[in-house]
Order: sequence, then C-alpha cells, then structure tokens
Amino acid sequence: MDYIFIQILNGVQLGLLMFLLAAGLTLTFGIMDLVNLAHGSLYMMGAYLAWTFIGWTDSFVLGALLSLPATFLLGVAVEAVVMRRLYARDHLDQVLATFGLILFFNELVRAVWGPAGKSIAVPAFLGQTVEILPGIPYPAYRFAIIVAGGVVALLLAWLVARTRMGMVIRAGASNRRMIGALGVDIELLFSLVFGLGAVFAGLAGVMAAPIASVKIGMGDDILILAFVIIVIGGIGSIKGAFVAAMMVGQIDIFGRTFLPDLLKTFLSPAAASGAAPALSQMLIYIVMAGVLVWRPTGLFGQRQ
Amino acid sequence: MIAPVIAALRTPRGLVALAVLVLFAVLPLLTQAFDQRYLLSIGTRIVIWSIAAVSLNMILGYGGMVSFGHAAFFGIGGYAVGILSASGVSDGWVQWPVAILAAAAWAALIGALSLRTRGVYFIMITLAFAQLVYYVGASLEAYGGDDGLNIGRSRFSGLIDLRDKASFYWLCLVLLLATLWFCSRLAVSRFGFVLRGAKANDQRMSALGFPVFWYRLTAFVIAGAFGGLAGVLLANEGAYVSPAMMSWVKSGDLIVIVVLGGMGTLLGPVYGAIAFFTLEESLKPLMDLVHKGWGEYWQIVFGPMLVLVALYAKGGISSLLGRRHD
Amino acid sequence: MKGKLFGTATIAALAFGLQPVAAQQTIKIGFVSTFSGPQAAIGEDMRRSVDLAVEHLGGKIAGKKIEIVYEDDQFKPDVGKARSEKLVQQDKVNFISGYIWSNVLLASLKTVTDEGDTILISANAGPSQIAGELCNKNFFSTSWQNDQTPMAMGEYLNTKGVKSLYLVGPNYAAGKDMLAGVKRTYKGTVAGEDYTKWPDQLDFSAELTKIAAAKPGGIFIFYPGAHGVQFVKQWVQAGLNKTVPLYQVFSIDAITLPQQGELALGTLGAQEWVNDLPNDQNKKYVADFKKKYKVYPSYYGAQSYDSIMLIASAAEALKGDLSNKDKVRAEMKKANFKSVRGDFKFGNNNFPIENFYIQETVKDADGMVTVKTIATAVKAAVDPYAAKCSMK
Repeated sequence: MDYIFIQILNGVQLGLLMFLLAAGLTLTFGIMDLVNLAHGSLYMMGAYLAWTFIGWTDSFVLGALLSLPATFLLGVAVEAVVMRRLYARDHLDQVLATFGLILFFNELVRAVWGPAGKSIAVPAFLGQTVEILPGIPYPAYRFAIIVAGGVVALLLAWLVARTRMGMVIRAGASNRRMIGALGVDIELLFSLVFGLGAVFAGLAGVMAAPIASVKIGMGDDILILAFVIIVIGGIGSIKGAFVAAMMVGQIDIFGRTFLPDLLKTFLSPAAASGAAPALSQMLIYIVMAGVLVWRPTGLFGQRQ
Repeated sequence: MIAPVIAALRTPRGLVALAVLVLFAVLPLLTQAFDQRYLLSIGTRIVIWSIAAVSLNMILGYGGMVSFGHAAFFGIGGYAVGILSASGVSDGWVQWPVAILAAAAWAALIGALSLRTRGVYFIMITLAFAQLVYYVGASLEAYGGDDGLNIGRSRFSGLIDLRDKASFYWLCLVLLLATLWFCSRLAVSRFGFVLRGAKANDQRMSALGFPVFWYRLTAFVIAGAFGGLAGVLLANEGAYVSPAMMSWVKSGDLIVIVVLGGMGTLLGPVYGAIAFFTLEESLKPLMDLVHKGWGEYWQIVFGPMLVLVALYAKGGISSLLGRRHD
Repeated sequence: MKGKLFGTATIAALAFGLQPVAAQQTIKIGFVSTFSGPQAAIGEDMRRSVDLAVEHLGGKIAGKKIEIVYEDDQFKPDVGKARSEKLVQQDKVNFISGYIWSNVLLASLKTVTDEGDTILISANAGPSQIAGELCNKNFFSTSWQNDQTPMAMGEYLNTKGVKSLYLVGPNYAAGKDMLAGVKRTYKGTVAGEDYTKWPDQLDFSAELTKIAAAKPGGIFIFYPGAHGVQFVKQWVQAGLNKTVPLYQVFSIDAITLPQQGELALGTLGAQEWVNDLPNDQNKKYVADFKKKYKVYPSYYGAQSYDSIMLIASAAEALKGDLSNKDKVRAEMKKANFKSVRGDFKFGNNNFPIENFYIQETVKDADGMVTVKTIATAVKAAVDPYAAKCSMK
C-alpha cells in the first residue's frame, strides 16, 4: 500500500512540474493563438539564469527568485522583437520562426555557458528525506516541488477566475475578437501574458534543475510532452492543462511501475521485458490519440 | 501548350525554375568533371527530401492539413525495404511496391482517425501517431532496434545498379520530376480545386455537396504513398535504416522546408530543400572563413535566418521570385 | 544564362569550401563526434585529447603535417553519415576516427570502409555487429565492445559477493547490450530490471521507489553523459545512497563528475582505462591534459588520444607513404604504439584485447573529485563476438 501511495505521489510531482510548463504554453496559445515552439528554450534559459544567479548569491532560494523576473524580462523582450509580428500570421510561419529561435537559444547557451552541463545542488535544508506519513520517507525536495507546484496552480486558478486580467484571459481564449471590444490595451496584455508564460516556463526549469541537469536542449525533449498535455486538456484551458498534466504524470508513472509485471501475466518474461518499455513510452501518445478521436478539441477545449 | 511555357519563362520565377532544373540535370556531369563526388551526395539528398517535401505540400500547402508526422512515412517506406532485405528479398520490384503500399495503408488508417480533428489538434494527433511508429521501430530488436539496420540496396537486375551513385541520382531525379508532374496535375484537377476550396472554407464545400472528408483522406493517402517512396530512396541512399529517420525532428525539418520554400506552390518545397541543405553544408565553412572556429556556431546564424524568413518573406522563397503564375 | 550558371557554380564551389586536390603533403585525419547539443561535452573532451596528441607528436607524422578535420554528428545517425561522407569524398582524409554512438557508427560504416575504402578507428562506440558478423578489415577500435565493460563489472560483483542486483538502463540498443552484458557474468540474483525512456527521461522516481521496495544488494546502471548526472542526483536525494550501493558503467566519469561532485563519492565502476594507470605514456597524457585544461581527461579522451597515436605509429612505420592500403592495414594491426593503457594488441576482429579495472570515486589531493583504480576485474579480455568474425 505504501509503495502504491509513493508511486502516486511521484506521479503528482511529475504532473505538477509538467503543469507549470504547460500552463504558460496554453496561455499564449489560447489568447494569442501562437504556436510557440521556443517555450522549451525559455524553460532552459530559466534554469541557466538561475544557475548564474545562484553562483552570485550563493543561495538557491535567492538565485531562483532572481531568475523569475529575469525570465519575465527575457519573455517580454522575445515578445517585442519576434512574437508580436507573428500573432496575425499562419501557424506555420510561427512554427518556422520559433523553430529558428530554438536553434538560436541552444547555440547561444553553448557560446555563453559552454558545452558542459551545469549542476544546481538541492538546497541543504531540502537535501534529506522527510516522513510524509509515519514510516514513509520521501525526498524532501520532491515534496517541495509538490508544495510549490500546488501553490502556483492555486495562484493561477485565482488569477484566472477572480481577477480582471483573468477575465480577459478567459474571454480571449474563447473568443479572441472580444478582447478588443472590452477596451483592453491589447499590446500590453499580450506582452504581459507572454512574460507570464515565460515565468512559468522558467520556474519549471529552475525547479527541475536540482533533480535533472541543466543542459543544452533540455527544453526540446520536454516541449513535445507539454504540447501533448495542452492538447489533451484543450487549448487555452488552464483547468484542462492541469487535469491533463495530472493524468500524464500518473499514466507515465503507472506505465513504468506496473506495466512490466502486468505484461508478464500473459506474455513470456522475455517478450514482456521487451514490450513493456516500448509500450510505456507509447502510452501517453495512445491516450492523446484516443482523447482526440473521442473529443476532437481535447477534454476542456472550446467546440469549433 | 508551348506558348504559355515560353511566356512563363520570361518571368523571373520561370527563369529560376529553369535554372534549377538545368542545374539538377547537369549536376552529375559537373561533379564528375571537377571530381567533387560529395556534391552529388548532397544533390541526391536534396532530391529525395524534395520528393518528401512535395508530398507534404500536397496536404499541407493545398489542403491546409498540417501533418507533424510526415517522417513516419519515411520510416515505413525505409523499414519495409530494410525488413524485406534482411529477410532475403532484395528484388526492388517486390520491395518498392510493398513499401509504398504499406505507407499508403498506414496513411489511410491514421488519416481516417486524424481528420476528425482540425488545426492544432490535427498537428498533434499526427505527431502522436508518428511517435507510435517511431517507438515501434526503436523496439524492433530483431532489426537492430535503436541502432538501426545495415541493408543491401534494392536490386533491379539488368535495369539499373543502385550502387552506382550517378545512376541512383538519375533515378531519384526522374522520380522527383514524376512527383512534380503528378502534383501539378493534381493541383489543377477538379480534385485539387475541391481540396483547395476546402482549405479556404470547408463548410461551403460540404454545402456544395462535396464529401470533403473523403477528398482529404484521399489526398492524405496519396501524400503518404509519396512519403513512403522518399523513405525507400532514403534507405537505399544510405544502405541503412534507423528509427532516427522518423523522429519528430525530421517531421519538423520537413515542415520547415515546405514553409521556407513556399507552401502551396509547385516548386516551393524544392527550393526549400535546396536552401535548407545548402545552408546546412555551407554556413559552417563560410563562418570559418570569417573567423576560424566560428563555423561551429553556424546555427546561431541559421536560426535567426529562419525567423527573418518567417517574419519578412511571407510565402517563403517562392514569394521572393515575383508574381505567381501557377 | 551561361554567365549566370557559371557564377552560381563558382559561388557554390566557394561556399562548399572546395579546393583542387593537391599532392598529399599532409596526413589528414577526419574526426566525427558530437560537438553540439546536450552531449557536446563528450565531443569537447575528445577534441582536447586529439589536439593534445597532435601536440605530443610535434604536429607531424613522418615529416608530414597532421591536419585534423572535426565534424559534428549532432547526435544523429543520418547527420553523422553525411559528415563522414564529406570527409571521405571531399576532404579525402587518410583516416577517420571518433564516433561516440553506436547508431552513428553503424550508419557511417559502409560509406567509410566499403565505398570509401578508408580506415575507420572507433574511439568509443563498439556495437556487437561490428565485432561479429559485420567485422571489417578497414575498421579498428581503440575502445571496447559494448558487452565487455559490464561483463567485467559482473565478474567483480561475484568476487565481492553481492547477492542481488537491480539493473536500470535506458531503453535503446546500447542500454540493452550493457544490461545483457552484466547478466552474462553476474551469478547472483537479479532483483529487478528496468528500462527507461531515451533520451528524454527527466525523472527516475518510479524506478528508485521500486528499487527501495526491492531492497537489493546493489544497483547497476548505465547512463552516459547528462543522464548519469540525473540518476546519481536522484539516487542520493531518495536516500538510497545510505542503503543500496551503486555500481556503474559509463555513468560516472571526468565529464559528469564536475556536476555529480561529492554525491558520487564511494561509487564503483568498471573501465578499461583509468587516469592513474601506472605507465609513462598515461602519466604524460594525464599530467599535460590537466595542465592545459585544468580538469581530468575521461576515457572518451584517452581512447581518442590512443586512436591518433595508433594512426601515427602506422604512418610512421611506412614513412608517411599511405598509398598502399594493405600495408597501412598491416601496420595498424601491429598496434606498435605506446597506449595510455599500457600494452595494447588487437584481436582477430580488430577490437583490443585488454584489461578491465574497477575504479572508485574519490577526492584527489587538491580536493577535486575523480576516480582511482582499486582492482583489476579481468585480464586480457577478448570480446564475446570475436568468434563470429570471419577475419583472422
């Protein structure tokens, strides 16, 4: 029982991390109708900037906090230089431009920080395990991810449901033309929303850094997963992104935990150990295809 | 028939098209005369990728269906050849039709499911299916798994020896021309008009009584078959297949090539492939000429170039060549 | 029209860096490795060692200038194949070395060795096919065959008396080879076996939780490069370093240690070369490398250094005349050079017959985290595929 409980917790932790990354993506997608492949680059930049700031301040918390306004500024700058010109354009022009940005950022990082990865240590006070329930130890840092991810999710829910900006965001996601009619300064709003999305991506990068490693192209691998999540959830829907991220987290952990044993019940051990990893890798794509065949605009997407 | 061709040649667009075709045609002679075999290898890759890009353009450019999984057809075509070759069937007359049919069948299956969705959801569901094929390829341990598989080239006994670089190049070029011819006929056919009409407004086309879904599915299957053909050629070019040939990065490259060249135009994808591979090959040495050691960072220039094309050359390279006449 | 075409051709020729073929006054060596993306640090370490080898040779072999042409495979087999093709057909190199990844090597093999009749020296990758049925007279290895290093680890675990072992590795060909390798020799019970996504797995929490529940006598991992960093970090964070020791191949080395740091202290690994092997060539290599780059070299670097020295020995013996390929191959096969791992000789399949050592992660006198030899796991090991190779 303990074992299953911990695995579920692992899934929650992974899901929350993915949610942070997906939230920013679904915001920009829903409001500006922008396909931003470079979202993963902002995740990477967040981690590298945090590494630099942690080096300066000698403190994980300070460095991480400093990296957030920095990624916000970076996001606003990218928006002003490139993205702003892309809103009215075809999705494919956006794909081309943001693909170009990925190449640029990857090489920029190599030129500035060098080819070797960087390591961000877990802050000392989170370096141990904590007993979340009597007799069940859990890595403190991962527990901190759950707490931080949960807080951010609540904050975002409040922002979207209760503030004026959130109202505009919701209006924009369901009907883009309506934002103009609401008398909102669209340029400013778009800048802010893009910056906010960048902050979430950067935060995800910073939080993932101590368990992963800070490396070139770290955002490219995970970007596809983030897209899968926002598509399952329905583009533009924060709630959808949350539900989908939690689903993907659990499915991924479930596949890795139980699939090999499950397959062994009806396949030979050799065949099972070959098929299980392949199948667990395919699992989320199968789920996505299934969801889209069943509901062509995702779980919480607007009907077309 | 002749008069419009001559008229077309008077435009810059026509001249460039002619120049490109002439260059393609004389490339083997040039590379032989100057002893630059490597240029022929680049040329072969450009021609093969052009076939794939033209096939993607049939659905993406004319039909508005953005498939982010086109490299899966590379893989299916390639692996069909690879698996047959590994099981001792090296006759191209068997391998090639099987490969193309396999790609078309897969296209029919995923097309039927994917075409229920629109826009970005279509992009992502095609990606999902391509990833499935990728992971299946990577788990085929009997055929090398992730390491890939070294294969023998297809045999067309007495007709052509694919091991000869120049013959292979000619074959690819002829197949590219055939693909282009087919695509140009398709674009101006009734079928093509419905497809393009549905891209602009599918409700109107449905209201006019056209079964839009079936038109789209047919186009998707045709594009898949040509994609499979490109995969067959790619496998023969390298005498090697691996899951990497169908990774999502390759699907992305194909989209970039089509958009870079100019989607919805006949020769745009070809220009895109030429530009993509020429830049990939030449930016590094050029930057090394400017300052030794800079060449390694060629993507720091290549990336912003793509951004600039997206921002300022709407319609890609093809649009830079002046007014369209197709 | 003519003028235009001619102009285009000239520009194209310039752009591709073409030059007329001059009489061979240099010895040209192509080096294919990964210089961009997340694994670029490995390529960098190899390049540094190659540069150092050239420096140690005085920039010349048999009086001819050495020219190294580096090419980036971007960690993709098709790119690696195209780069190799360029080296053979355009640069007309005399030798090609490098190749970190099995799939890049397999994709490039035919182009280089068969169609280009050029000698290829793998400085890292060692897939079983090339050791067995695909073995080739133009192929040499200065590294190992994939199965060998984990087999050595398995032998050591037997002597150490580790009763049960949990195996984890990435789900791709080399990962499966490595886990199969350790199972070939390890005689205890396998407590569990997990394959993880490659190359995009971020999180190992599910696997670590399974390991904690299985309570094995040890964990065996294979995670090259950045993934090794991730696994070691998460292993420590989960508190497993206190209960289950970590045994590894290719996961903790001079490239990953700056990031793993003290977290990796005390872990054991198997390797055919360690930076403290007591021979003069190795002492010189490691000392000069540290002086020049302020860090320890890794086995990737050592193998690359050896590949250049091997080439130099063959070319030197032929007084720089590389026109007769049979003679070159014969000289290569003699392996008459001073390897950083001491005595060096080739088996029938042109893979080395060599010792494997057990290394422990420790701190050196300056407080830098590194590895040192603690035991010899196997002596003069021949890889298990050599018999399948038809060469003598």
